[in-house]
Amino acid sequence: MAKIVVDVMLKPEILDPQGKAVAAALPRLGFSFAKDVRQGKRFEIEVDGDPTPAQLAEVEKAAEKLLSNPVIENFTVRVEK
Amino acid sequence: MALDTVAIAQANPDTTQPFAELGLKADEYASIKKILGRRPTSSELAMYSVMWSEHCSYKSSKVHLKQFGEKAVKSDALLVGIGENAGVVDVGQGYAVTFKIESHNHPSFIEPYQGAATGVGGIVRDILTMGARPIAIMDPLRFGPADAPDTRRVLPGIIAGVGGYGNCLGLPNIGGEVVFDETYIGNPLVNALCVGVMKHSDIKLAKAAGAGNLVVLYGAKTGGDGIGGVSVLASETFESKGPAKRPAVQVGDPFVEKVLIECSLEIFAEDLVVGIQDLGGAGLSCATSELASGGSGGMKVQLDKVPLRDPSLSPEEILMSESQERMCAIVEPSKIARFLEICEKWDVTVNVIGEVTDGKHLEITWNGELIVDVPPRTVAHDGPVYNRPLAQPAYIDAVAKEVIKVPIPSTPDEIKATILKLAATPNLADKSWVTNQYDRYVQGNTIQSQPDDSGMVRIDEKTHLGVAVATDANANWSYLNPYQGAKLALAEAARNIATAGAKPLAVTNCLNFGSPEDPGVMWQFAESVRGLADGCLEMGLPITGGNVSFYNQTGSVAILPTPVIGVLGVIDDVRTRTPMSFDRAGLDLYLLGETKEDLAGSEWAYLHNQRGGIAPVADLQREMHLIELLVAGRTKKIFTAAHDLSQGGLAATLTEMVLRHHIGATIQLENVGISLLSESPGRVVVAIDPAQTNALTSEAAAQKIALTKIGVTGGTALVINGAAITLAELHTAHTQTFPKLFG
Amino acid sequence: MKIGVVTFPGTLDDRDAARAVRHAGGEAISLWHNDADLKGVDAVILPGGFSYGDYLRCGAISRFSPVMEPIIDAANGGMPLLGICNGFQVLAEAHLIPGALTRNHELHFLCRDQKLTIENINTPWTSSFPQGQEILIPLKNGEGAYMCDDKTLAELEGEGRIIARYVGENPNGSRNLIAGITNARGNVVGLMPHPEHAIDSLTGPSADGLGFFTSVLKTLVG
Repeated sequence: MAKIVVDVMLKPEILDPQGKAVAAALPRLGFSFAKDVRQGKRFEIEVDGDPTPAQLAEVEKAAEKLLSNPVIENFTVRVEK
Repeated sequence: MALDTVAIAQANPDTTQPFAELGLKADEYASIKKILGRRPTSSELAMYSVMWSEHCSYKSSKVHLKQFGEKAVKSDALLVGIGENAGVVDVGQGYAVTFKIESHNHPSFIEPYQGAATGVGGIVRDILTMGARPIAIMDPLRFGPADAPDTRRVLPGIIAGVGGYGNCLGLPNIGGEVVFDETYIGNPLVNALCVGVMKHSDIKLAKAAGAGNLVVLYGAKTGGDGIGGVSVLASETFESKGPAKRPAVQVGDPFVEKVLIECSLEIFAEDLVVGIQDLGGAGLSCATSELASGGSGGMKVQLDKVPLRDPSLSPEEILMSESQERMCAIVEPSKIARFLEICEKWDVTVNVIGEVTDGKHLEITWNGELIVDVPPRTVAHDGPVYNRPLAQPAYIDAVAKEVIKVPIPSTPDEIKATILKLAATPNLADKSWVTNQYDRYVQGNTIQSQPDDSGMVRIDEKTHLGVAVATDANANWSYLNPYQGAKLALAEAARNIATAGAKPLAVTNCLNFGSPEDPGVMWQFAESVRGLADGCLEMGLPITGGNVSFYNQTGSVAILPTPVIGVLGVIDDVRTRTPMSFDRAGLDLYLLGETKEDLAGSEWAYLHNQRGGIAPVADLQREMHLIELLVAGRTKKIFTAAHDLSQGGLAATLTEMVLRHHIGATIQLENVGISLLSESPGRVVVAIDPAQTNALTSEAAAQKIALTKIGVTGGTALVINGAAITLAELHTAHTQTFPKLFG
Repeated sequence: MKIGVVTFPGTLDDRDAARAVRHAGGEAISLWHNDADLKGVDAVILPGGFSYGDYLRCGAISRFSPVMEPIIDAANGGMPLLGICNGFQVLAEAHLIPGALTRNHELHFLCRDQKLTIENINTPWTSSFPQGQEILIPLKNGEGAYMCDDKTLAELEGEGRIIARYVGENPNGSRNLIAGITNARGNVVGLMPHPEHAIDSLTGPSADGLGFFTSVLKTLVG
């Protein structure tokens, strides 16, 4: 069943202390690949059947109003199989 | 898996059952068959396996813990004693205070944050279930060496878990301990204490009385958390290279518990429950069997009525689930509508899952089929009782012969170096890195918290009545002499209550030991219990309840015996409490009590890897006189400040006092090295206005407590026999340790 | 004078805020999140705590509570409104004040006695302080770093809408050491530290916090 996925990330100019902490922890565990890490939130929304364009538009509105704080966060909406 | 019903069990007596995987021994399994007259159903097997585990049934400790009741002093203050979820004492003015300490050791090693968080959640529910509003928590914690990699793994998570859960519940953290020792490296100890207050008339008990009354489950929905937690985790030791026991760890949600607290208190205020029990270790198995046992004995439960988070759970799993934040109440039919209304107001999940009967059995059905039919007492109370073999271990006589070889400072340079070394050592260093993660202000009644000798909370805003709580343990002394060690810990906790001028009233305990299957450990346990029981009898302090945590060992190496003693005291006016330290110059400093050469088990000996010697002998009569003196010091307004001596001796006490308000002191001591480092019990440093000299002298004489003037307050340094340590350098040494270690 | 104190599920410092109101000489009225009824109060306090467990974002769910509608209306009409800690977060989520509160930069919950200077005494909540007064009140939170874009920051500074600033080391990473701000009209104040826990030296580090509550009562009496 397909679901609607909303990814929420802090705006690039906002300090992300949790992402920083993760970036600092990786090399301590022997992982040297990361130049930078930022941490965000992912919402998975189940609807009946396949998501319609109308539903996606509603999700955009919900993401703007509730799922994210537009003052400090950006979001993207997509459908995942 | 097909449903295993009573009927099927009766018809198929020879079905092989996984009793061993569930933690039951062969003879225990045979006992169950004898009790039921048939083989148990898989649900019944699940119930017995969790309820008969060491953690729930106390099968190895019961025979020893009996002493707490047998040697109990008659106390009018004790309103509810051992056996209920928590003890309750009368503190005057119609108020009753309930308090208890519990362990959550093994889960915290596996998943530090959640282990600690759910430890707090569990003890808070125990207090709530007595009918009280929880008003404070404390956390005695013990870890491996401070710089060990695994300590760095568990400590930050445990602190964050205690803070994360406690802060979100709105409970001030009023004290605790952070102790480091090699012995805990594979077995950190997370003990959590909670205090609650109520009016006498509010006391609730865990009994299902009144046939026809409803059994109501409310709180969080039930999921697969911690399935088999008690039996798998708490009753077995870790293998040295153990598997990840992750699936059995419980996950807590403090918001749900906060809402549960408010909802429950409204329910209690309207007198809507006949009995109540929280769901902790062993979840529904425990709650139903204990409630039924406490009442008339009969109960019918429809397990399919339990609200589920995970609809795929089997009945066995539902019975064993340790999902957090759930309570089980017994409610009269006439009151259920209002009960449900209050749950709805707080958006708390609730469902009627059964009723009290006038039968003698606990009967549980699943979609109409009978899957459990047991006499509840056999599950909850009449579990196996073991008389484990005990034998004094060989080390006891060996260590008593060890002579402590440590450097004793005498020159100013040596004195200064010693003071700075002790100030910075992890066991004695400033713990703000930890305690700043805890809210100490919420509820607006905290009078004392870390780093004071005891936590103190005001319980009446008009009269200023308050309670004080302290926890203490000394594993070094318990290792050398478990009997004395327990008494000494009791004396220390009581003394910590008294330095502020409160009167000790009651005792709780968390007994952390290795495997009861080791006769040496069992001997340590038996001696500790005997010491605590004898000590409480002599001091006239009732034991209100507590917790036993066995199997704190990795492979065959047990932790040092660590009985943690909690003492609760009462103070009639918190405004008159004696503060821990002085805030001005010109006061005289006195040492109350006698100093002997007690270096065995001391922090100084530990730092020089000297773990042997002879522990001090507790003199409880003298401790009681000291307590009288300390209380008189407050009521007669003699003391300006009072601070107890414990780990780190006089060196640590003076360091803590001068740094509290940044006022120095000039000290002159006989036999300076021993005076600074000895850890003789029964001693307190007090600061007095010189005008109180005669009053102090006559009070001390009346109580026959040795009195020695040691110095005066003032200046910007701690000066000891000419060795000057500026407050600035002392502050630096004391406060940098934790940030350097844990960032 | 009646001051409403709102309780959301998970609110913790409501009883303490009510106590502070009483100590200051006012009457504290309890307001339930689910009740769109302000019961005729003259001012409202959104207290500290972990409303809705800080789910999603701190204050993100509380801001949509039924009681918030009349509060927002009344605030837009000039009613004094104070958000303390979690209450500040609710005000930010409700866009009654600009900016947002984010995770403390050191990532730990921090409880400490914090020095502040009071920089704007023209709000109903700060009018009884002398200009520039230094006070000592508890700070206790995990998400107290005040963030806003440069434009907003310039506005706040330019218009003197920063009502309190941290003294000394920045405890949480807030821009420009901002501890509290006010809206353009000057009646809505968000404050991160807790004045209700500093109403006497018996239970707090000082009695400096009482000023916030005496201020509003004085203002209301006129």
